[in-house]
Amino acid sequence: MMLESLIELFDKYHLVAAFAIIGLAMYAAYWVSARFTRGKLHGSAIAILIGLLLAWVGGVVTGGKHGLADISLFSGLGLMGGGMLRDLAIIATAYGVQFSEIRKAGVRGVVALFAGVIVSFVAGGAVAVAFGYTDPVDITTIGAGAVTYIVGPVTGATLGASSEVIALSIAAGLVKSILVMVVTPMSARMIGLDNPRSAMIFGGLIGTTSGVAAGLAATDARLVPYGAMTATFYTGLGILLAPTLLFLAVRALV
Amino acid sequence: MVIYGVALLAGCMMVGLIIGDLLGQLLGIGANLGGVGIAMLLLIFITSWLKDHDRLPEATVSGINFWNAMYIPIVVAMAASQNVAAAFSGGLVALLAGVLAVVLGLLLVPVIAGKTSDEESRRSLAAATEGDE
Repeated sequence: MMLESLIELFDKYHLVAAFAIIGLAMYAAYWVSARFTRGKLHGSAIAILIGLLLAWVGGVVTGGKHGLADISLFSGLGLMGGGMLRDLAIIATAYGVQFSEIRKAGVRGVVALFAGVIVSFVAGGAVAVAFGYTDPVDITTIGAGAVTYIVGPVTGATLGASSEVIALSIAAGLVKSILVMVVTPMSARMIGLDNPRSAMIFGGLIGTTSGVAAGLAATDARLVPYGAMTATFYTGLGILLAPTLLFLAVRALV
Repeated sequence: MVIYGVALLAGCMMVGLIIGDLLGQLLGIGANLGGVGIAMLLLIFITSWLKDHDRLPEATVSGINFWNAMYIPIVVAMAASQNVAAAFSGGLVALLAGVLAVVLGLLLVPVIAGKTSDEESRRSLAAATEGDE
């Protein structure tokens, strides 16, 4: 009885409960960071890793789509980490940004956007071909999934791909997004990701909003607005190019 | 008042999303094209204009800065609500497609960024942070 009413309470006040839960997770992550890595691995990076791990547990336990948020005790995480508040917070990070920095990297940011969509698409398409897919619709849909997990299903639906291939394209996009969250802080030094200019190019090349948002947060939060600025155009560009120009290119080649 | 800052932020977001939505419709892609980025630019321009005209009091700024500071916790909540299980269940095709896209993307960052102007950009980041604090 006690437990039941407790769960009901968490469910009713889900967003407030989520604030408390995330606060606790952040505290634990920063403690681990300071105690065991001497701050070498950012607290935010550890917190994101904890989040992903819990999301995996939630997904396996419930079989749902929203990670830990599918467990009713933690349903507020879905609202707190959903698109609405995430975008609001991303926009807030732009406060205090130097516009001159954005303008200076502008042209290369646009180049990075096109390069990012095309390279990801080709990577996904090439893997599909290597695994024996020959239908241009399937190859395009899987390639589009490697762009982002939104471009994949939108492209697949437009071209009339089968639901298995669409599911595959979503999975490819999810792998990309999650991998970016984990790998970005580790590779930041190697790829020179420590200034606004390279952050904008990173956002354009990688593009998947959640991956870029979390990857940069785990690397250096000051870089977030620059990376987010270009990444915000990526999914739209992918939806524009994948079912049209890129599909025609695939059909011409196969 | 704090709400002025929050309202300014929310207003920029809505206007940006409307423009992004119109752009998407214009191009017939049925998705929002860069709404968040446009909102960011709006916020940068409007706040710097207000600051120049001495109309951006501390309370207003704190309404924006609260959401700025909530960014990392929100991202952690986002990570916790990702469909990680589905990413792992997609099999080798999905795994390799995703991995290859990330590796190639990361390798291209220094190629497109070029080395020469990075120093300058890094200094401006350091200068901007000092100014903030």
